[in-house]
Amino acid sequence: MKRILITGATSAIAQETARLFAADGAALLLVGRDSDKLAAVADDLRARGAEKVETEIVDLIDLARCSRLIDEAVEKLGGLDALLVAQGTLPDQAECEADPLKTLFEFSLNAMGPITLLLRGAAYFENRRSGCLAVITSIAGVRGRKTNYIYGSAKATVSTFLEGLRGRLCGTGVSVVDIRPGFVDTPMTAHLPKQALFATPESVGARIYRAMIAGDDVVYTPWFWRWIALVLQLIPRRIFVKLSI
Amino acid sequence: MLGDPAPSYALAMADYQSWGRIPKATASAVRRVYWRSELAELDLGSSAALPYGLGRSYGDSCLNDGGILIDTSPLSRLIHFDFERGILRAEAGLSLQQLLAVAVPRGWFLPVSPGTQFVTLGGAVANDIHGKNHHRAGTFGRHVRRFELWRSDGSQQECSPDQNAELFRATIGGMGLTGVITWVEIQLVGIPSPCLQMERIRFRSLDEYLALESESSADYEYTVSWVDCMRSGPTRGLFQRANFAGGGTPRKARRPLCVPFDLPSFALNSSAVKLFNQTIFQLQQSERISRLTHYAPFFYPLDAVRDWNRIYGKRGFFQYQFLVPNDAEEAFREILRRISSARQGSFLVILKKFGNIASPGLMSFPREGLTLALDFPNRGQATCDLLDDLDELVQQAGGCVYPAKDARMSPASFQAYYPQWKEFSRYTDPQFSSSFWRRVTAGAVA
Repeated sequence: MKRILITGATSAIAQETARLFAADGAALLLVGRDSDKLAAVADDLRARGAEKVETEIVDLIDLARCSRLIDEAVEKLGGLDALLVAQGTLPDQAECEADPLKTLFEFSLNAMGPITLLLRGAAYFENRRSGCLAVITSIAGVRGRKTNYIYGSAKATVSTFLEGLRGRLCGTGVSVVDIRPGFVDTPMTAHLPKQALFATPESVGARIYRAMIAGDDVVYTPWFWRWIALVLQLIPRRIFVKLSI
Repeated sequence: MLGDPAPSYALAMADYQSWGRIPKATASAVRRVYWRSELAELDLGSSAALPYGLGRSYGDSCLNDGGILIDTSPLSRLIHFDFERGILRAEAGLSLQQLLAVAVPRGWFLPVSPGTQFVTLGGAVANDIHGKNHHRAGTFGRHVRRFELWRSDGSQQECSPDQNAELFRATIGGMGLTGVITWVEIQLVGIPSPCLQMERIRFRSLDEYLALESESSADYEYTVSWVDCMRSGPTRGLFQRANFAGGGTPRKARRPLCVPFDLPSFALNSSAVKLFNQTIFQLQQSERISRLTHYAPFFYPLDAVRDWNRIYGKRGFFQYQFLVPNDAEEAFREILRRISSARQGSFLVILKKFGNIASPGLMSFPREGLTLALDFPNRGQATCDLLDDLDELVQQAGGCVYPAKDARMSPASFQAYYPQWKEFSRYTDPQFSSSFWRRVTAGAVA
């Protein structure tokens, strides 16, 4: 996997994944909003052995811009072998409930942007009959929980989309990887109290790296979230609506 | 990420302790810094602040009771790595483990390595750490080419031996009190392979030990010894010396001989430690063994056991590391006698002879002489009394004690060991302080 486009490249998990690809000598196009942060990540990856690191400052709320990124990556990297969609925000649920426009904005960042990238990426890879489409979704997409359903439903949208896309690309040699992390200790969750279930970005990043190389389909990380997800799915609806989770 | 809005209790403040878990301290707030560019907006209010890396200082030099801790551990990015010349510039929160993972495959190693990989670059500078090659390479600070220091007035200053030289000298060994080190540039050393050819030799007296040191210092890059401190009579132990090897495959890693990782109760009473020490000493079948070993078990045997400090239980432990000049050999013997007759020490006793290479830091601990580091399980007043006695002997012998490992020395002892502390206090950041610093400067006017 030599040429990789990463959106949301300054996220803690994306950085850890990119470090492992950099050590393999990959060429990377990093997309993010903040130029200082992008530069810091790019320097880090170069010093770790990346053959080439390009950066692009983009606000991923701009869907038209999203739809051009695959072409830009192909041009800058001389082709493309993988896409890792790591953009995302954890919105304040109460604010979203009070403001539908804010909810749509968050939906755009967490679902519409990724879908735009995936459609373009799928077309490119399908044509080449190889490639990897990987997205960081979330365990939160497994059920709609009253405490976090706006974020959760945006992630569920992407997961369902990926499932269909996997069917479409079946047999083409293109892998579709849905990564569903649990709690990860990152700036995005800095305001949350830490408990035993929190994983480090290093371990999650390493899992994503392995999943992309192996072409896994659905990956829970850390592993035990698969079983938590299963339990969540088995809870009858009448009981589920009463739970305060 | 699940991201439940959760009850708002404090963010695991209990995780910000020191390695010896004495004293207990509670910071009023922790500011975690993820990006260098965030420092510009860092809000400290009017509280005293202190940088915190991985919390491997043993006592209270990394604690700031009632003040703010600036957690720099997320600052772990490389900035530039010259693969040809072995010059690495990286953010100060990078751990030595992370550094070695990048450097060793390219044939580079730390110029000076402590006994654990779980310290940050910033911490290595701030404590001017030393290692098994002190007699050849001096302290860590000697290999620092430059670093950047963020001060509470918002300034960011690059420091090197030629630029802001006084601040450079004060920050090396400056215990984090001169500001936040944001990045460090160091010169690494080339290695032919990740393996060392190591020899371990029994000694049965301090004279035998000293003879081994002087016979080895010219030809061996790394020397260190383990000492049995629970025995009256002549000091015995195991002397190790090693050099990086040209190649080859190390023998299947056997458990390092030094620590009973899995038998915590051993540490807790003196006959158990005595028995343990006897076993360690005799386990090696011959007087000397020689073998190829990977760098990790050689330099970092204790890293194999995460949270090994927990074997001392909730009450924690004291680590005591002192040095005395070479001409105070008699005092050194007296201190050893005092330790073994007190029967409080544990199995972790490390002896090393420092060379004559001057430390670059104003407050650096290492100077020429003999240094001994050992753990004491916290037995309350009895332990403190013993350590006070040792302080007196060290002071009389013209030696000093390592602040990074201290949780209890008196202001008088500190000020006798480090008379330059007043000069140093001119360079500290006016808003920076630590539990250690307040303790050892109590009642004094700088």
